Amino acid sequence: MDLLTIIIKMSEGLTKTCAIFFLTLIFALPLGIVIALLRMSKIKVISKITQFIVSVLRGTPLMLQLLAVTYGPYYLFGFSVSRDKLIPVVVAFAVNYSAYFSEIYRSGIESIPRGQYEAATILGYSKFQTFIKIILPQVFRRILPSITNEIVTLVKDTSIAFTVSYQEMFTIGKQIANSQTSFTPFLVAGVFYYLFNAIVAFVMGKVEKSMNYYKI
Amino acid sequence: MSVLSMKNIKKSFGEKHVLKDISLEVNKGEVVSIIGPSGGGKSTLLRCATLLGTVDDGIISYNDSDVTYYNEKGVLCYQKNLNRFRKTFGLVFQNFNLFPHYNVLKNITDAPINVLKRDKKEVLEEAKALLKKMGLEGNEEMYPCDLSGGMQQRVSIVRALAMKPDILFFDEPTSALDPELTGEVLKVIKQLADEKMTMVIVTHEMSFAKAVSDRIIFMDKGLIVEEGTPQELFDNTKHERTKQFLKNYGNI
Ligand SMILES: Nc1ncnc2c1ncn2[C@@H]1O[C@H](COP(=O)(O)OP(=O)(O)OP(=O)(O)O)[C@@H](O)[C@H]1O
Ligand SMILES: [Mg+2]
Repeated sequence: MDLLTIIIKMSEGLTKTCAIFFLTLIFALPLGIVIALLRMSKIKVISKITQFIVSVLRGTPLMLQLLAVTYGPYYLFGFSVSRDKLIPVVVAFAVNYSAYFSEIYRSGIESIPRGQYEAATILGYSKFQTFIKIILPQVFRRILPSITNEIVTLVKDTSIAFTVSYQEMFTIGKQIANSQTSFTPFLVAGVFYYLFNAIVAFVMGKVEKSMNYYKI
Repeated sequence: MSVLSMKNIKKSFGEKHVLKDISLEVNKGEVVSIIGPSGGGKSTLLRCATLLGTVDDGIISYNDSDVTYYNEKGVLCYQKNLNRFRKTFGLVFQNFNLFPHYNVLKNITDAPINVLKRDKKEVLEEAKALLKKMGLEGNEEMYPCDLSGGMQQRVSIVRALAMKPDILFFDEPTSALDPELTGEVLKVIKQLADEKMTMVIVTHEMSFAKAVSDRIIFMDKGLIVEEGTPQELFDNTKHERTKQFLKNYGNI
């Protein structure tokens, strides 16, 4: 198999790589906020339970969580494993990443001075308005570099989907490598991830710039 | 009719009694300054009045409607809907607390538009007029971080005024400013006093307090030690504790 064929075959998996990537972000970014708020809840039980769940999600390998979500229902309840694995893959990724995002959000929320809440309260903003209009935009501004780090990791982590044979770019590359006893697909995969992350860096750089209109 | 009335207010932090039986009335158009040593409870009093903190005991009312009341068991309660009362007062903070991600105009107009649900065009016009009055014309598009402390504090005063409060509280509005910037802020507060804005000002600027106030309250250790007109308090000081405190400020 020549290089071009390898590249074309692996490119076919890029759609699925992108699907994991974007769907994970779409679900994990908001879910992270919800988890952060639960974690910061004044009700002790809620905050403790959330803290425990987050620590499990961060303290065990994503690969295990992915296997658990994909095959767990089969072993536990006898459900058949769905052929399209996009749903379990995205569920595992989104939940795992939301745990990481939640800790970033939490540190961001805690870094906002109390005076911001007080000023908003005096002006009559509701709790919801205060959070959405006053606090969250400032949080995003502060945590963007950490979020970018996680997104860069996510690009590379999409390759973990090979453990459940989800036909994304890396899984295809690995299959070609096995059948052709060639290392080339791995090099191609490396270049793909590098380019993907170059785009991520570019886009996040733009986003950061767009938020830099005020100093903190 | 009093705009603000606080009766027998008590407040502790744990074992520490910070406010011990404070009573205070502020009438419409009156300017009251609160002075006193550090730790005397001045900020705590303002925080209780502006509902940022809760009192342990005592009745707070705005325009004769009670914020706190005793229920049938004799337990002190706060009314359910506090936002109703929040419309009647504004607070200017020592360190401004402007919203850094909003420009000057949005800092001022966002709450009137989105909280009071007032007409956008009207609010914008009023805000611009207020900015002009406070010598801030042309800074509408600036962000707080680009302004001097004195300008930020004037913006925060405009932000409070844009809500059209019946009474405005100031907690050491010039303490965070470089000395050369305090003048411009004191000047706009003086201007408001001349327009008969009802105000309660916690300050360490004694000559300013003397010039601008109808009444001065000296607070120490959670109690009102002495109160009266500026002349009574500064020139005919009755209490030894007040004399001692004022001595540190030299000739006023
Ligand atoms: N949230 C709090 N928890 C515990 N103690 C507090 C709290 N807020 C204030 N205090 C204490 O209450 C006392 C009065 O504080 P307060 O800030 O009201 O004084 P102040 O008169 O405003 O002083 P300053 O002139 O320094 O601003 C102080 O001893 C302070 O340590
Ligand atoms: Mg104080």
